[in-house]
Amino acid sequence: MTLPPLAYHALVGFVVLNVVIGMVTYVTLLERKFAARMQSRIGPYYVGPHGLLQPIADAIKLMIKEDVVPTSADRWVYNLAPIVFLVPCVLIFATLPFAPGLGVADLNIGVLFFLAVSSLEIVGLFMGGWGSNNKYALLSAMRAVNQIISYDLPFVFAAFVPVLLAGSLQMSAIVAAQQGAWFVVVPKWFLFYPVIGQLAFVAFLVATLAAENRVPFDILEAESELVAGFRVEYSGMKFALIQLGEYAHMIGTSFLGALLFLGGWLGPGADLPLVGALWFLIKAMLVFLVVTWVRWSFVRIRVDQILAISWKLLLPASIVLLLATAFWVAARGGHGA
Amino acid sequence: MPETTPTTLEIGYGGSERFTMNMGPQHPSAHGVFRAILTLEGETVVGVDAVIGYLHRCHEKLGETLTYVQYPSIASKTDYVAAMTAELAYVSAVELVGKIDVPTRAQWLRVLAAELQRIASHLLWLGTWCMDMGGALGGGATVFLYCIREREAVLDLFEALTGARLLYGFHQPGGTRYDLPADWTQQCRQTLNLIEQRIGEYEAMLEDNAFFLVRTQGVGVISRELAQEVGVSGPLLRGSGVNHDLRRAAPYSSYERFDFRIPVETAGDCYARYCVRMAEFRESIKIARQVLDGLPEGPISSRPGVKSVGQVRVPKGEGYARIEGARGEVGCYLVADGGAKPYRLKWRGASFSNLAVLPHILPGVKVADVVAIMGSVDPVFGEVDR
Repeated sequence: MTLPPLAYHALVGFVVLNVVIGMVTYVTLLERKFAARMQSRIGPYYVGPHGLLQPIADAIKLMIKEDVVPTSADRWVYNLAPIVFLVPCVLIFATLPFAPGLGVADLNIGVLFFLAVSSLEIVGLFMGGWGSNNKYALLSAMRAVNQIISYDLPFVFAAFVPVLLAGSLQMSAIVAAQQGAWFVVVPKWFLFYPVIGQLAFVAFLVATLAAENRVPFDILEAESELVAGFRVEYSGMKFALIQLGEYAHMIGTSFLGALLFLGGWLGPGADLPLVGALWFLIKAMLVFLVVTWVRWSFVRIRVDQILAISWKLLLPASIVLLLATAFWVAARGGHGA
Repeated sequence: MPETTPTTLEIGYGGSERFTMNMGPQHPSAHGVFRAILTLEGETVVGVDAVIGYLHRCHEKLGETLTYVQYPSIASKTDYVAAMTAELAYVSAVELVGKIDVPTRAQWLRVLAAELQRIASHLLWLGTWCMDMGGALGGGATVFLYCIREREAVLDLFEALTGARLLYGFHQPGGTRYDLPADWTQQCRQTLNLIEQRIGEYEAMLEDNAFFLVRTQGVGVISRELAQEVGVSGPLLRGSGVNHDLRRAAPYSSYERFDFRIPVETAGDCYARYCVRMAEFRESIKIARQVLDGLPEGPISSRPGVKSVGQVRVPKGEGYARIEGARGEVGCYLVADGGAKPYRLKWRGASFSNLAVLPHILPGVKVADVVAIMGSVDPVFGEVDR
């Protein structure tokens, strides 16, 4: 039995959405356990065996919390902001193929769609900061706009290096371009491309940290200065939505990193969709853990320093890198490697 | 009261609005109950109004209503992060005015307690300061938890010594209340070794971290002149290039018998203060080891045990005793009228004087630096407000 295309996409979308939400809740547990290891603690332990039910307890707690709206808040903007924030963060999963043929829509401009949609979160973020009518939140929203504008460009340029190498914006084509191995053992992932691959990956990671607002670039949240930044006034389910969006964005970007640089679902036995998806998940979690590792070992830097890093270092470097890649690809006769 | 003009700064900001933001008294990085009313132009601080007094507990008046035997246990509550040094300042003043002798063993025990306290206090400072800069959800929390872990070891030592973990009541006019328990020396040596090793690890984690360096170097510079004019003391003063440490400048409790170095940095920024305190960790460990090696035998108090709370009477007179606490000069001015209670008591809290430097150095910095600078000043509000 075959479903009509619309119903098929709706069904897949529904499944992916739920998988993403489930993943987000469990990624928080992964991060908490990982952070606990780094800090010589145990982490969540008592809810379920080894704290495995902790995310569910957290979700229930957040759902039954009282929802407080500040009297001076701009109610429309304030209430709408978490949703506006969440939608693009979940939408980025639309073009991600988790295994050959396993995805909502493998657009031929998949990477472009991902990058464009992922930077839309700033709208919700600014709405939250503005609508809360709180000084901390406002300052945080200002910082957010600063930061996203500065880091989206290097983010895009870094992500376009693999695109150039593969010669396609379609995600499945990018993965296909990474098939094979050099000297039998080194897989032809773009990360292992001499010099270009590693530099682009580092640039991508740094820009990712900033785009995801993680330490050392978490000036939006900056709880020691701005208490909790743009979400200081949010509570209950609205807070949960923002949190959900943030982690969804983070996981989505980790998947993108794994896809662009680590060969996506490629790996032994990747012909079976589930094995491929498992490989992809492992690689994405690896990227996520690197980001988490950075987060729990650095201190936050100042807003002017963040902008300086972006405009003076990362942006020129990524432009040069992109141009170098373009010349190299052109020299090799166009169309990918 | 004279009219005070807060320092404000003109920075040619394009916008038309100034923005007043409250930091504290309830704020994640308020280090207690400090309230700073910041005037901002964009992200830049142009004016600071510092408001203190939220933790005022009439400590000095309390000192007049409690006897010389009772008050040391309360004195520890002025600076609850370094309780031992606060007690020591009070009993030193009582001994100075009352001309009470302190046996050598008691003096050495006091040195040991003070140095361990300095280690514990600096550990808390390092942890909270990194948390201010790094965030409770970031690398700062990692350093904080490491520091707290080591501080626990020191508190375990204090618990074995006095039975308390935070506010000790270890000192008494004329000596100390407790002697070292059995096997304590061994435990203490182990803890010192552990902390010495871990401090190296913190330094490796922080000093090799470019983000830590850009956040601290050149931030919150206190010039030598400003430091002396405002009257800051302790690591702040030594971080600004003034070689002044009461343990060397006016030795008390037989500090002249120990061999230690006074770290001085000239840069005057947050990083210099960090370096001074990191070096002080090692010097304190060195002093504590010397005490453990050469602790003389003898009585621990010049008075027989406590028989009644009014046992100690101090003849009419007055005097000022000062010691080098973890945050700087802790002083206690005491006026006695011949009874069992002081007539008047005045504290000089190191944090109070150190905090006075903030309005001079905060205008012009970014909001994020406010917390970094405040953390590097290391205020304890029990001592500021008393």
